[in-house]
Amino acid sequence: MSNKFLKNVKIIALGITIIVIFLAGKAFYEHRYFKGAVVLGPGVTEVKTLGDYFSPLKGSINDCNIYILDSGNPGGTIIVIGGTHPEEPGANLTAQLLVENAQVEKGRLIIAIWANRSASTVSRPGDAYPQFYHIPTDWGTKKFRMGDRWANPLDSWPDPEVYINYPSKQMLAYMDIRNLNRTWPGRIDGTLVERTCYAFMELIKKERVGLFIDLHEAELEYPVISTIVAHQKAQEIAAMSSMILTAMEFDRPIGMEFSPPALHGLSHREVGDHSDALSLLFEAPEPFLDRVRGITDENLLLTGKDPFVMKAGKYGLLYEKIDERGWPIEVRVGRHTSTILQVIQTYSEIYPDKAVFLSQVPRYAEVIQNGVGHYFYNPAEAPTDRVVYE
Amino acid sequence: MITVNLVIMVIYHIISAFVAFVLLFSIVKTKNAQEAILYCIILIPFVLRVLHIK
Repeated sequence: MSNKFLKNVKIIALGITIIVIFLAGKAFYEHRYFKGAVVLGPGVTEVKTLGDYFSPLKGSINDCNIYILDSGNPGGTIIVIGGTHPEEPGANLTAQLLVENAQVEKGRLIIAIWANRSASTVSRPGDAYPQFYHIPTDWGTKKFRMGDRWANPLDSWPDPEVYINYPSKQMLAYMDIRNLNRTWPGRIDGTLVERTCYAFMELIKKERVGLFIDLHEAELEYPVISTIVAHQKAQEIAAMSSMILTAMEFDRPIGMEFSPPALHGLSHREVGDHSDALSLLFEAPEPFLDRVRGITDENLLLTGKDPFVMKAGKYGLLYEKIDERGWPIEVRVGRHTSTILQVIQTYSEIYPDKAVFLSQVPRYAEVIQNGVGHYFYNPAEAPTDRVVYE
Repeated sequence: MITVNLVIMVIYHIISAFVAFVLLFSIVKTKNAQEAILYCIILIPFVLRVLHIK
């Protein structure tokens, strides 16, 4: 092999390497630093950040926006968090829909769209996750960042060999130290996600939150699906709401499950145990997360239609039904909005002194009819002081 | 805990940078074209890691 040939091979290989590094780096960089616009609806009276409740988190990647919708009329306080697992878009889309539309007639509503923002800055290329997804709106297409279940290792690393939840000392999988729904009630001097949970607990205590709602989606292979998981303090609300929703509104039922007392780190257990708030967690079906899924792309994420998952259902391998209708994003978000409204109504009836009345939030049938995008507003047409970025 | 993690993270990046440097050096020094291409491929994740991108 001549020296000239070898030199040319090296130059070409290095040139291609630089191009690949640039292209890959650009894609990863754009995903990590993407800013999604949120148009503040007429109900939003104040935007704080999570760091306002726990200063060590201030300015960090998980210093997410906290939207406060205060009616000015005495009543209770309810918090809804989305983005605990940013690979479950029905949760953050529902939270953003509330921020852009909800109006509070009595009491206060607090919303976090991206509870674990770090987890929204990383995806799973090895699992063919799309980096972004697009929701058609009345004014164009709105782009959202697809995330992961765990916080970005760039923000929290290394993981321990075994994650030991604080203060329960329960042993969990190592990567769950980056899972916002395994690190409750948080730790003041813990890792990023433990501190994030700690900050949320501070928020719950300082704002005297009476009802806590954590929005999720789940694979159909997972038994905890299409359900409201309730802390024992909130079991009446969950049971009543699931019965009403199943009987009156949903064409596919929603159940109710008790939060296992010995399973620690999850919001439905720890928020109820460590604060005065009643804690609930909602699960909607997301076929995109099933391991038996076929082509993994934005279409599957938004339509929830997959022949392989359907086939698994025919063999009785799933905990939720699926047919050719799939589980479109409108159905998943609509189930969340109606469940939130029903739970709040039931809570207000049981605790009239802590009542919260909401309006302008679309229910299940309306979201399906109009599409999720109908409820997102054009940031270009909104006053600049009514647009924030996540 | 945070401090320990931070120290490990910094050391990890220093090691990554060192490996990237060794790979670059090996690309220059090798007399084998196939090895040069292989080192180039291996170099990609190390550079992205050092730049704190992925």
